[in-house]
Amino acid sequence: MARIVAVTGNEAGAEALRQVNPDVCAAYPITPATDLMQRFAGFVSNGNVDTELVLVESEHSAMSACIGAAAAGGRVATATSSQGLALMWEMLYIAAGDRLPIVMPVVNRALSAPLNIHGDHSDSMGARDSGWIQIYSENAQEAYDNIIQAFRIAEHMDIRLPAMVCLDGFIISHSIERVEYLEDEKVKIFAGPFKQLYPLLDLEHPKSYGPLILPDLYHEYKRAQHEVMTKVKNVVLDVAADFEKMSGRKYGLFESYRLDDADIAIVILNSAAGTAKDVIDQFRDKGIKAGLLKPRLFRPFPYEEVASALKTAKAICVMDRVDSFGAYGPLFTEICNATLHLDKRPLMMNKIYGLGGRDFMPEHAEQVLNELNEILKTGKIKTIKEYIGVRE
Amino acid sequence: MHGRRVYGVNKKLWEKLTPGSVILEAGNAVKFKTGSWRAFRPKWVEENCIHCLFCWMYCPDMSVNVKDGKMTGFNYDYCKGCGICALECPGKKGNNAIVMEEEGK
Repeated sequence: MARIVAVTGNEAGAEALRQVNPDVCAAYPITPATDLMQRFAGFVSNGNVDTELVLVESEHSAMSACIGAAAAGGRVATATSSQGLALMWEMLYIAAGDRLPIVMPVVNRALSAPLNIHGDHSDSMGARDSGWIQIYSENAQEAYDNIIQAFRIAEHMDIRLPAMVCLDGFIISHSIERVEYLEDEKVKIFAGPFKQLYPLLDLEHPKSYGPLILPDLYHEYKRAQHEVMTKVKNVVLDVAADFEKMSGRKYGLFESYRLDDADIAIVILNSAAGTAKDVIDQFRDKGIKAGLLKPRLFRPFPYEEVASALKTAKAICVMDRVDSFGAYGPLFTEICNATLHLDKRPLMMNKIYGLGGRDFMPEHAEQVLNELNEILKTGKIKTIKEYIGVRE
Repeated sequence: MHGRRVYGVNKKLWEKLTPGSVILEAGNAVKFKTGSWRAFRPKWVEENCIHCLFCWMYCPDMSVNVKDGKMTGFNYDYCKGCGICALECPGKKGNNAIVMEEEGK
């Protein structure tokens, strides 16, 4: 029987890793992901998993060891946050370029300076071009479910790419929620035995990883990498369908919330989507056709599907928990790219919210929806990009 | 189709690449000749050679030719002129059997 438990996001993440039982984890502690790997280290110490836990001296080394272990032919996982992900940066590209299916929960946290340990998306958004698959999670249940699915997606023989599963630091990683755990045996069957592709430890067939590829072929390797990314969407949907059969929980490329006939819409990632959905309900009760789209798969980005889901909206606010200084937020840019090809383009605005763990409150969503409603009437946007919830 | 270059069975070049740029052929570095990187060239002075094969052992590449347990000269296709062989060479009675000479002289 599935177990219903009260756990933090980190606890749920560690449990997902325990049930999948990777061959190797190389990790370095960093708030707020520390607790996830610490709990997993407990499973290693207690003999609950067969995992070889490699304790390293930095995140750069953690990702390097993960790359080595994955190339050797193992199922590999790690976890990190913020500066840790930033320190991994050059190795992230190598993991993706070498096509190594490493799974990494990223507990989203702001980047320094100023130093801040709380939740925002500047860490994972900075890594969005690294070639990793990125999946975002609203709550502990989604984080748990997404981590289990990430192994199947990353390790799919047509894909073989590393995958990050993002969840909000502290807001989700350290808050206790109701989570339904799957049975160990079911997760084991779902994840399946690890299939190797070109393992270095197959000594009968020596091979080399990481060769020098100069202008005569580098461009072609990148073309091939792009091609693989185009296949991820369907694998994500197939894996989600299998997962639904097992768990009863439905996942897609994104969540559409009351979008079908929406005039105004909010697009927002992760935990803040939960708060915003409540406010959407209040607006619906008032007879205002409001809806919400919460992206799940951010890399690769499902442009056509997102555009289709947003096609009735006449005014959209995309909310970014990260800034691209001197430019629009990364989520806003993607939604604009998606809606650009619609016959009737919606009016678009971008709000930057919740940086460094600033709370996203229902009144923020209310403010945004009221503004969208105003735009609907006047057809005019005052400011395209604006910070909300700033102290004055 | 215009501009489409076909390699093999209707597959483009990039479609035939090994995922992750993994090289599946063992020892294929033989095909990549690196001798042109060399700025200094090791010169073998046969009369000073005691065939200890230190040069063969220390060579980071595969540039020392050995036959029947005896040094027979250098393979300049791969020698990058690092000079480790010359440094390690004990020679005979203080006379070095490997000396480094500037390329192009």
